[in-house]
Amino acid sequence: MIDQSGDPMIDRELDGNALAGMLEAMFGTDMTAIPGRCAHCGTINMVGAMRAYMGGPGAVLRCPACDGVVLRVVETAEATYVDARGAAYLRFERR
Amino acid sequence: MASPITWRIATVGAIRDETATVRTYTLGVPDWPGHRPGQHVDLRLTAEDGYSVERSYSIASEPERAGEVDITVERIPDGEVSAFLHDVVVAGDQLEVRGPIGGYFVWDVPIGGPLLLVAGGSGVVPLMAMLRHRSRERSDVPTRLLFSSRNADDIIYRDELDRLAAAGDGFEVVHTLTRSRPTGWSGYDRRIDDRMLAEVLEPLGSGARCYICGPTALVEVAANALVRLGLPPDRVRTERFGPTGT
Repeated sequence: MIDQSGDPMIDRELDGNALAGMLEAMFGTDMTAIPGRCAHCGTINMVGAMRAYMGGPGAVLRCPACDGVVLRVVETAEATYVDARGAAYLRFERR
Repeated sequence: MASPITWRIATVGAIRDETATVRTYTLGVPDWPGHRPGQHVDLRLTAEDGYSVERSYSIASEPERAGEVDITVERIPDGEVSAFLHDVVVAGDQLEVRGPIGGYFVWDVPIGGPLLLVAGGSGVVPLMAMLRHRSRERSDVPTRLLFSSRNADDIIYRDELDRLAAAGDGFEVVHTLTRSRPTGWSGYDRRIDDRMLAEVLEPLGSGARCYICGPTALVEVAANALVRLGLPPDRVRTERFGPTGT
């Protein structure tokens, strides 16, 4: 095992799978297998493959290709804020 | 759209030591809707004053078991939830869970193979659900698990992995130990690298589907190496774990 467990930057960098429960509760469907296009570089990745940073007051998803912020989610006592300006789109399969 | 996921009450059943710092908890959930191997559950603890904390745990058990799921939890030093589970929870306690969660890091028999699984430490947990499911369904999809642990005593599910590998159904496990090796150790003795992955992948060929789960640094190394070895990126699925928050 690459043991960098003492490195807070490494440990805090997870992926979209770590936000799966929160996102599904918000969107009503599993989001980890949903492809999204990064508004910064145009790369398409599934949400589960995006980088997740959970250490701050909210959760941040970044593009694995360019590191641009794709999605920010902040939950307060009254509401949930989703800042999606870094996503050109999220693609939901018609079922 | 599926119905929204809801919190359910789970009752702790059997608790089993896997290693000195890793335990498996069977959670009885009578109305459990079923899951796919690789999915996880969110677990919520709420104190009397309303303070609440949530963590995600991969499901270790195969979906063929109805009405219960196993989670395997490593005790993280200073980890709020893992310490509570290890030090406080006993059989019969009730916990809140929601799930199953996730659709990206999943594998089941219809997806097919060959299958290369790469695990670091407790990253083996969702892969174990895949292996148990594969065995339960009598699948003979060629499958190899490359499993990195620190020391021999830290190998989670070691005996069960040996039994699964002895079944002769096309599953092999390859261990690497990064800190210390017992006398006569025949497995790898270093961190996962390009050469190791090339050797483990070779019998499966470049058509393999890969699932990598472990600490972020291990996942990065393994995923990049496999893509360099010629696997299409969309066949290399990853799940990074770490102490989230605490």
